[in-house]
Amino acid sequence: MAKTNPPVDVVLVGLGWTNSIMGMELTDAGLNVLALERGDDRDTVPDFAYPKMADELTYGVRYKLMQRPAKSTLTIRHGVGDMAVPYRSLGSFLPGDGVGGAGVHWNGHTWRPQPQELRLRSYIEENWGADIIPDDMTIQDYGVSYDELEPFFDYFEKVAGISGKAGNLNGEIQEGGNPFEGWRSSEYPMPPLARTYNDALFADMARDQGLHPFPLPAANASEAYTNPYGMQLGPCNFCGFCERYGCLNYSKSSPQTCILGALKRRNNFAYRANSEVLRVELDSDGKRATGVTYIDADGNEVFQPADLVILGAYSLHNVHLMLLSGIGTPYDPESGEGVVGKNYAYQMNGGSTLFFKDKEFNPFIGAGANGEIVNDFGVEQIDFGQEGFIGGSYINAAMTNGQPIRNMPLPAGAPAWGRGWKQAVQASYGHTMTIGSHGSNMAYRDCYLDLDPNYTDDHGRPLMRMTFDWKPNDVRMTQFMKQKIDTLSKALGPDDYRLSFKDFDSRYDVRPYQTTHNVGGAIMGTDPSTSALNRYLQSWDVHNVFVMGASAFPQNLQYNPTGLVGALAYWSAKAIREQYLPNPGPLVQA
Amino acid sequence: MSLENESRRRFMKGALTSIPAVTLGSGVSLTAPADEPPEQLSDYQPAFFDADEWAFLLAACDRLIPSDGDGPGALETNVPIFIDRQMEGSFGHAADWYMKGPFPDDVSPLMGYQSPMLPREVYRAGIAATRDYCVREYGEEFTALESTVQDEVLEKLEQQEITFENVSALHFFAFLLQNTKEGYFADPIHGGNKHMAAWQFIGFPGARGAYLEWVDQHNTKYPLGPVSLTGERG
Ligand SMILES: Cc1cc2nc3c(=O)[nH]c(=O)nc-3n(C[C@H](O)[C@H](O)[C@H](O)COP(=O)(O)OP(=O)(O)OC[C@H]3O[C@@H](n4cnc5c(N)ncnc54)[C@H](O)[C@@H]3O)c2cc1C
Ligand code: SF4
Repeated sequence: MAKTNPPVDVVLVGLGWTNSIMGMELTDAGLNVLALERGDDRDTVPDFAYPKMADELTYGVRYKLMQRPAKSTLTIRHGVGDMAVPYRSLGSFLPGDGVGGAGVHWNGHTWRPQPQELRLRSYIEENWGADIIPDDMTIQDYGVSYDELEPFFDYFEKVAGISGKAGNLNGEIQEGGNPFEGWRSSEYPMPPLARTYNDALFADMARDQGLHPFPLPAANASEAYTNPYGMQLGPCNFCGFCERYGCLNYSKSSPQTCILGALKRRNNFAYRANSEVLRVELDSDGKRATGVTYIDADGNEVFQPADLVILGAYSLHNVHLMLLSGIGTPYDPESGEGVVGKNYAYQMNGGSTLFFKDKEFNPFIGAGANGEIVNDFGVEQIDFGQEGFIGGSYINAAMTNGQPIRNMPLPAGAPAWGRGWKQAVQASYGHTMTIGSHGSNMAYRDCYLDLDPNYTDDHGRPLMRMTFDWKPNDVRMTQFMKQKIDTLSKALGPDDYRLSFKDFDSRYDVRPYQTTHNVGGAIMGTDPSTSALNRYLQSWDVHNVFVMGASAFPQNLQYNPTGLVGALAYWSAKAIREQYLPNPGPLVQA
Repeated sequence: MSLENESRRRFMKGALTSIPAVTLGSGVSLTAPADEPPEQLSDYQPAFFDADEWAFLLAACDRLIPSDGDGPGALETNVPIFIDRQMEGSFGHAADWYMKGPFPDDVSPLMGYQSPMLPREVYRAGIAATRDYCVREYGEEFTALESTVQDEVLEKLEQQEITFENVSALHFFAFLLQNTKEGYFADPIHGGNKHMAAWQFIGFPGARGAYLEWVDQHNTKYPLGPVSLTGERG
């Protein structure tokens, strides 16, 4: 018999970026809020204190801060006919664990989508007709517009403290920013980070090529900053241990540095670490959640009653919890019906590594998000009809995390060991820069998430199963970027360079790290037959469950997700405060 | 609220308010004396490997990162000590990995590690099988072979030209190579990279972690040597 706790108004499942935001907003509304976080409690001091963070093996290679597959993982397969096998050790993506979630150990590349990315299907239909959309491509509109979200992008950027240069202030194009971005109501809260050598080389070359370079918007503070919650950031010192590490310097925006210090002071907020939610409990007709069942730090099963359940457990875990709890109809790729698990998508990236004998890059000097970008080949800049694909990328020259175990690119043909390897290492380390493309990934009928029939976790629950592979449309997109990057690479005049892009025979490889930008599976939209959530991230089926995170994306953006994830959390919170609380029930009538 | 992390939170709040954010982590103040000097490889008693396995490991590491040419080799940098410690730690035991069955055969390598064997078991079986192979093929132990022949054996493992009954030669070689490079470049606190010699060789400053004044000094080699987590300076 599970123990039952006293009820709370709101239970937050997970305490990463999204639920830290929700905690702030819902305590503001006077509610009594409890967060349950499966991992350890963590804070800058003592957990990320210098010097212990500067340990590449422990954090960068053995993933000390991330989810341990032994405790939590999923299975993966390429196609519906295959048997999925477990993601036994981490590789392609690195979900977070512990207070702060992946917001502790992200890099901080912080983007807004281009406006048309949020209404992609309509945009395509209006400009080229529905015929150019391949039959198996299941892209949709988000159901919320850029203009509606603008105030929330703006606020998230102020809370997180982003360093950057606006390219479009209220419709006026600004010198030095991204001329292809959507309008913004104000400048970034901090100026861009200082520029590294690779940034300068790339920016000069790109301008010569007629492109429009600008500094990557960074969740790494470029100066001392106080956010709207009174939380303080100090200037990033380019420590070189950013992605996969907690910030030792109060400079990287994270739930800890930007929100939790303020939130923990509120006496209508509480959190419990080492408390893993097993499922959301529903009442007998399945239309209302009654609370959640979790395993407490002592291993006891506990029922936590709550009036409102907010899933902010990271995209993959949100979908897993919905499938395990019976919230919404599971998606069936055969019939195309059902919604939970539908439209899982990822990120289509590629890149070039450039070797210069006589240039010194000092790759260990780098902020998480220092880099120079061009967005001239973005989603809105490409003529899909003419190019024969749907999508786009931003192109970046980033110098970050130059630690030697995991960041030792060598020219093609260099030996993997022996004396020749040593020579190649000596010749290459410090003399290398990269140009990458970070691109969209569309949604497809047979790329989805469901429950695995063969594998279980320690609690006996089925693991979630991911069915995913690369598709020709997205390969055409990345091959287009390859040509662009080839030209840009040559223009920099390296002694040697090496291109690495997916091709038509590429299958999804779970081994090398790609991105932790897993999206979809609990998508938002305007129609309950094609989306799991309405435009306010509310479950269509269980009205007191709201689902945060990139699981809401109907297909993936060209950008890193967190700018949109943060804005959507504030957008959803406003709807809860202003519409749901006065009148609990579905916010959109089906 | 009377939650279990209440007192910890109160403690943390106190800790936070007493440390001005900007002074933390900026400017490395490593005044603490360096730890114990690193072990001598020749005196080291391995915890996991037996004497024959240890001899094999030393010989193999010596080929993967040899001492000749510029830069230190795996043996001068105590890489085998690092590997022995890894075998005893969570890596060797795959403690963080999902290791439940079923383990189907013929899974695409793109799906990552799919064997029920722990890395330490792969080492044990892989070393035994490679030694047997050398005795069968060349009439001598791996350790007694000419270095060119040792390289040939390692290449055959790498290229999957040798297959073993009870262990994947590919997994064995992949772990051995990965761990050798890790031991070479990881902080000395983990047993290898003795005196940060591998960092000095490539110009990586280790745990310094504070470079603000260096960001815009473009195309200029960073002049300072490395520091380690225990405060050793190179
Ligand atoms: C290495 C890395 C680099 C990244 N870099 C970038 C970047 O540069 N730019 C960008 O935009 N994004 C980046 N991301 C992605 C970014 O971190 C995420 O988008 C963001 O953290 C998502 O916020 P969230 O609240 O949805 O999830 P998280 O921040 O991950 O928080 C979810 C929390 O829920 C907890 N949880 C999960 N299941 C349960 C359960 N059953 N019960 C209780 N708690 C649970 C988890 O332990 C976790 O703490 C990166 C991610 C990683 C891992
Ligand atoms: S690079 Fe900057 S933001 Fe990132 S961890 Fe280091 S000091 Fe913090």
